[in-house]
Amino acid sequence: MSTLDLQAVGFRYEDMTMTFTLRVPAGGITALIGPSGAGKTTLLNLIAGFERPVSGRVLIDGVDMAGRAPADRPVTMLFQEHNLFPHLTAADNVGLGIHPGLRLAAPERARVDEALDEIGLAGLGRRLPGQLSGGERQRVALARSLVRRRPILLLDEPFAALGPGLRRDMLALVDRLRRAQGLTVLMVSHDPGDARRIAERTAFVHSGHILAEGPTADVLGPGATPEVADYLGEHV
Amino acid sequence: MSRLPPLVPGFVAAGLVVGIIGASLGALFVVGSGADGSILGDPYVRRIVVFTLWQAGLSAVLAVGLAIPVARALARRRFPGRTALLHLFGLPLVLPVIVAVFGIVLVFGGHGWINQALDRLSLGPLGSLYGLQGILLAHVFFNLPLAVRALLLALATVPGESWRLAAQLGMAPAQVFRFVEWPVLRQALPGIATLVFFLCFTSFAAVLTLGGGPAATVLEVAIYQALRLDFDLGRAGSLAIAQLAICGLVAAGLLGLGRSVAVTPELGRATARPDVRRGVGALGDGLAIAIAAALVALPLAALVARGLTGPLSTVLRDPAIWSAAGRSLAVGVSAAALALAVACGLAVATRELRLTYRVRHLATAPDMVAALPLATSVLALGAGLFALLHRVVAVFDVALILVAGINALFVLPYAMRLIAPRMLHVAEAYGPLCASLGISGWNRLRLVEWPSLRAPVGLALALGAALAAGDLGAVALFGTQDTATLPLLLYQRMASYRMEEAAVIALLLMAIAGALFIVLERGIGGREHP
Repeated sequence: MSTLDLQAVGFRYEDMTMTFTLRVPAGGITALIGPSGAGKTTLLNLIAGFERPVSGRVLIDGVDMAGRAPADRPVTMLFQEHNLFPHLTAADNVGLGIHPGLRLAAPERARVDEALDEIGLAGLGRRLPGQLSGGERQRVALARSLVRRRPILLLDEPFAALGPGLRRDMLALVDRLRRAQGLTVLMVSHDPGDARRIAERTAFVHSGHILAEGPTADVLGPGATPEVADYLGEHV
Repeated sequence: MSRLPPLVPGFVAAGLVVGIIGASLGALFVVGSGADGSILGDPYVRRIVVFTLWQAGLSAVLAVGLAIPVARALARRRFPGRTALLHLFGLPLVLPVIVAVFGIVLVFGGHGWINQALDRLSLGPLGSLYGLQGILLAHVFFNLPLAVRALLLALATVPGESWRLAAQLGMAPAQVFRFVEWPVLRQALPGIATLVFFLCFTSFAAVLTLGGGPAATVLEVAIYQALRLDFDLGRAGSLAIAQLAICGLVAAGLLGLGRSVAVTPELGRATARPDVRRGVGALGDGLAIAIAAALVALPLAALVARGLTGPLSTVLRDPAIWSAAGRSLAVGVSAAALALAVACGLAVATRELRLTYRVRHLATAPDMVAALPLATSVLALGAGLFALLHRVVAVFDVALILVAGINALFVLPYAMRLIAPRMLHVAEAYGPLCASLGISGWNRLRLVEWPSLRAPVGLALALGAALAAGDLGAVALFGTQDTATLPLLLYQRMASYRMEEAAVIALLLMAIAGALFIVLERGIGGREHP
């Protein structure tokens, strides 16, 4: 299990200056909520290494990630869409998580099948992404995160396009995988209900800053800050 | 108020295009079939057909094959001057072919820049430019930038997530190529290669000037020679029929592959890519970009340098030059305006057939009509018009009308592709809103259509005028001393080795084509680009 520690991580996007300070304890699920354009995806990109901070530090288990390529960080990120290459089968898409050139020996092929089995897609490995449903495609991406064996999982709303029931199932699957693999999960969400259901902790992002962070019941509860209450639209 | 039924202009436009092309083809068959024996039985003609196909195939393979590393390098590297380079790669599209060929001679010819440099280094000269190698060089000059820009467009369709995913998975550049780039390139390549093949198959000015003799000539040039040098209309007709048969086959393939012409530079937004590390890859990318940039920039630089140091005052005092310049301008503007009018009629017909009459299968008919000229060639159509008209009118007296008309037909496919999709989009996006607000007729044209259409209209006019003003094909067939345009004068000076004068004329023609393009694109299209 890994802890994630952002120490005054600064970033500029157009004329917006962002500074993130956040500590994510090991082994739990933390939800990131906030209005669109607040910087939630940027925050995940900074952790995954797709964006470079202009100041501050990103620490994982106390190790500074500065200068580390995305592939060398103990992190897997799932995007909202385009998580799979459309011309590769589900199994190959998972296999890329083991070797980025798909040079897989028999035991590694078996690991791919196991991972597909684990997320409930046994036997569908030879399908192309176009032949899978939206939920199944994101399951394949989850399977790949399993074979990569990275302790931190970042979810940038990969289930947002799914219906409420399916989304609940997927979050339950994430929770199950987290317990089984000892993952630390940071997930962006637009639905406070999701956060209440699955995340022990919640961070509220507002125009490039973390305005509130703590146990979900506190951050989203009756004692919420005015910005959070505004965002929720539940004036208490 | 009674209004013109909206399909009428489309019918007129389609009738004009189909009528002219159909009548010309009919006339060709009449004169062509009168020639002795089967045309393909003639070994000389067979050799020309084989060479035409061979050089077009080689040109397509070379231009597209070289474009892959260049497009890849340009897609993943950001460097100062990158935008300028992409604009530079747009120039060969509007540069008159004969001007570009002259620039290539100035750089790669016997007394060109390269040989001068080699001489100074006491190295042997390059082999002769004339022949297959010269043709290929000119075709790569024109089509490499075209292919690069089309491939850049294809690469720009890769979603940003794919690059991030490649970075997260730790893909090496070769793996990025295999899993991310190659799949989109592979989809774009057949269309681009077919287009380049087609353009080179009907290439005229480059082969006429660089072919150098009967061993390296193509059907398009052979038609010209049969008609203008041998005065053999029957033979020209037979050659044109052979040309059309192959053109039609290729064009049918091209139509099936859909649109692949990228006329505006696609700059793309910067995406962090995992394969941009320095090292051998950066060196290779730099080399690919430098070679492509030099190939395009050197002939242009030579044109400007030689033109400005040429006998400017003598040439520019010659009234024949200015009347030819005036004729070029007139041909350019009238061909572009005519093509635009026909394209608008056809585009409205497409829109009405789709949205008002809801007959989807019929709605592609105007597109087919606009693409019809692509199934012919300038010289074949010209020979057909000659066969059709030479008993009725003094063909050389109406040369400029014919030149403008033929050019309008060959500009039409571009104009249609630029205008029809936008017109349809406006109707689909704003039609219901206009209907509910009661915006119609002149108000709709002024408030809704024109603001969205002016950019493609400006571009269509600009492209059409520049292309038509610089075309050599039709005017070589019909032009005389009294109706010569600048491209014909330039060719005549080059053919008689008056290179100093040619350099000034080339510069003047380049300036006119460039000015036409900029004035029309900015003036009519406004600042917004499509």
